Amino acid sequence: MNSVYESLVKIVGPGHASNQPEELFIYSYDLGTTEPHRPDYVVSPRTTAEIQEILKLANKERVPVVPLGGGMSLAGLAVPFKGGIALDMKRMDSILEVSETARYALVESGVSQGQLTAYLERHHPTLTHSEPGAPPAATIAGNVAIHGQGDLASPYGFNSDMINGLEVVLPTGEVCQFGSCSIGASWFTQHPLPDVGLFLGWLGTTGVITKISLRLFPCKKIRGAGQFVVEDEELVPEIMRKLTHTQMTEDIVAFSQAIPPITSGLQTITVNLAADSEKELEFKQEMVWDDALGEYIHKGVGGFLGFTRGLERPQISKTSDWRKGGGFEYVGSIMPVERYPECYRRGREISEKHEIPYTVLGRCIGAAHSMMFSWTYAFNRADPETIRHSREALHETDHLVLELGGTIWKPGLYGQELVKERLDPNTLNLMKKVKQLLDPNGIMNPGNWEVG
Amino acid sequence: MYELKFDERQCLSCATQDCLTKCQYMNIDRDTAKREILKIAHGEDSFVLHDCVTCYACEEYCPVNNHPFYLIVEQQEKLNIPPLPQPIIRRGINTGVPFRGEPEIVNINGRALNMGVFSDLLHLIQGKLFTGLPVISTDPRKMFHYFCQLMYLHYARTSVIKERLPKIIETIRKHNITDLICFHDECYGTYTSYCPSVGMDVPFKPVHLFEYLYNRLNELKGEIKPVNLKVAYQRPCSARLCPDKHHFVQDIFDLIGADHVKREYVDGNALCCGGTIRGQRREGSRKRAADVQRRNIEDMKKAGAEVCIFNCPACYTTMGEMVAQNGMKPMFMSDLCRLAIGEKPAGWR
Repeated sequence: MNSVYESLVKIVGPGHASNQPEELFIYSYDLGTTEPHRPDYVVSPRTTAEIQEILKLANKERVPVVPLGGGMSLAGLAVPFKGGIALDMKRMDSILEVSETARYALVESGVSQGQLTAYLERHHPTLTHSEPGAPPAATIAGNVAIHGQGDLASPYGFNSDMINGLEVVLPTGEVCQFGSCSIGASWFTQHPLPDVGLFLGWLGTTGVITKISLRLFPCKKIRGAGQFVVEDEELVPEIMRKLTHTQMTEDIVAFSQAIPPITSGLQTITVNLAADSEKELEFKQEMVWDDALGEYIHKGVGGFLGFTRGLERPQISKTSDWRKGGGFEYVGSIMPVERYPECYRRGREISEKHEIPYTVLGRCIGAAHSMMFSWTYAFNRADPETIRHSREALHETDHLVLELGGTIWKPGLYGQELVKERLDPNTLNLMKKVKQLLDPNGIMNPGNWEVG
Repeated sequence: MYELKFDERQCLSCATQDCLTKCQYMNIDRDTAKREILKIAHGEDSFVLHDCVTCYACEEYCPVNNHPFYLIVEQQEKLNIPPLPQPIIRRGINTGVPFRGEPEIVNINGRALNMGVFSDLLHLIQGKLFTGLPVISTDPRKMFHYFCQLMYLHYARTSVIKERLPKIIETIRKHNITDLICFHDECYGTYTSYCPSVGMDVPFKPVHLFEYLYNRLNELKGEIKPVNLKVAYQRPCSARLCPDKHHFVQDIFDLIGADHVKREYVDGNALCCGGTIRGQRREGSRKRAADVQRRNIEDMKKAGAEVCIFNCPACYTTMGEMVAQNGMKPMFMSDLCRLAIGEKPAGWR
């Protein structure tokens, strides 16, 4: 194994590869409830060519490779279950191009959400991207690779719907490009070439994304969030439908949580609006609060809580502070919007059964085409009993997602098994063929999406 | 049980009916005012119960201190005419629920400043003005044990106030405080106006923050340099509960050389910040609040104000940004006083 380490040092240079226990420890776990597994090596490449060499080496030596960006998926997706090489992409952090006219950014895959946000604010203030609710250190590539969503989900959809092109190193070391870039044109579109969408949702088991062209969107001068509150969870789907019908909102998130008490038993709906002028803002506010939601206010069943300028990017991680010990993990799902009431009620039941203060959230995707609904379970990192309770609650919730007719978003190993049990056999067989074709030695993020 | 001390005979013999005729949000003549206030007193429905914006002002307008505002909100609750939608009421009631353990009771044995539910605004009580003054409710996790609850007047839920307030008073009492300086005048109004109106005992002497600041500035008089700023004052709803202390606003301005600009919406004629109006059930409430805010700020600008002075953190949250957008600095009174004695306030922006 020392020869692998020496080869890695040769590829990336000293200082960017390690087999030291203190560094391996850091890459052995994520912030959720997944049991830690230590990698044998950590390597942080700077170029696509280096990644090619690393993958060729891994194939030759039959060593697993686990790519990771910010390492913030929480569901154990970047935990090296079978050891091997933790491939830390953070050094590939160049923003290569921003097109003001075609509204896209070409970035290396280690570029973080916060980095792109800051860059655009400084150099292209009329452009923005859809930033997820993760901490700013989460990477663009990591998020699109798991079909993440962000604060422009309504109306633009999943962040993975915003890809104009990809560069990927296949498990066997070849570099492939997808989209207009593959014929030598600029990175302005993913369509209309034949679709070879083999890398999104695969959780790093089919290749290593090295470059992404990401769609950007107009950033208006005034951006802010208003809040609306209802007691009756049954009203939320209808409200989401009415809000999306206005075609005026940038983001719609409904949430409810036991702590702090101010939010307990209520559904608070945060609605992001943007405008270039006071006139435009007032017009949109009138359409949203007065016209779309006014009837709930007059009936006394819905309340407008005000509009605040400036966006505080919501971070689900804040809920970890509501319980001693600072740990949390959540199950995410992609769910029909009309399931919101049941998702809320059943989620509360699971939380209460495990004595965990409940925290649920539903983010509208597209024009209410679906929502990402999440159930968060906090635990005390120093208390194995609370971790066990959270893990059990997470597993029960995985079952719940499928029972309610949703799909599990970025499932951990437990959820992946449940999904595979239900997958159409022909689809599963196709996945198996794809996996065998791309990764014949099974080196990529083993444990995840094992369909063989 | 705590019962509101309302004397119907006072209204019958009232020569002005100022409580309703002076209302800035309803246009009511004297005869109508007398009829409606008596209807309310008799437990009957009245348009006043539906149209009240809960600005507290009638509490000040009443020439005989008969508590018309407390009567209105009690009847709104009894007749189930909530001024706000039910989810906002529930949210508000949830707000005051302590959820992070019991507070540490420190034996003060003297005077102390109570931050109430504004423990996160400790930066507003720094410097010489507050040196040596013990402070309670400094931990945001425990601040709801010191929440005066009077906010629930806006929610027409005096039952919540009556249920919770004795426990709050008991918590403060345990600190063995003789003189309680109230950071927010809503607390001051609670202990000097609301509690007596329902027969609730207050085992300490409440002190208005502005009275404290005025006296402290006098002690530091040699250090005062005129601020030479043209200032407007955003008078909060809770100030209507203690009009006898309102003169300290002008007294402080005079002492520190602040030019209190001449406005239409000032003193008894002050306008609400709009924070509560905005969320009310009544049709057009959002726009009504925006109109009140627009008139208020235009009035400040027209009068030449450079700075808008706030007392209430809720007013500041609601209006501060609008004030800044209109070229004036939003600022708390304590910060203005700190400027006058040569300190750079933490909240000075």
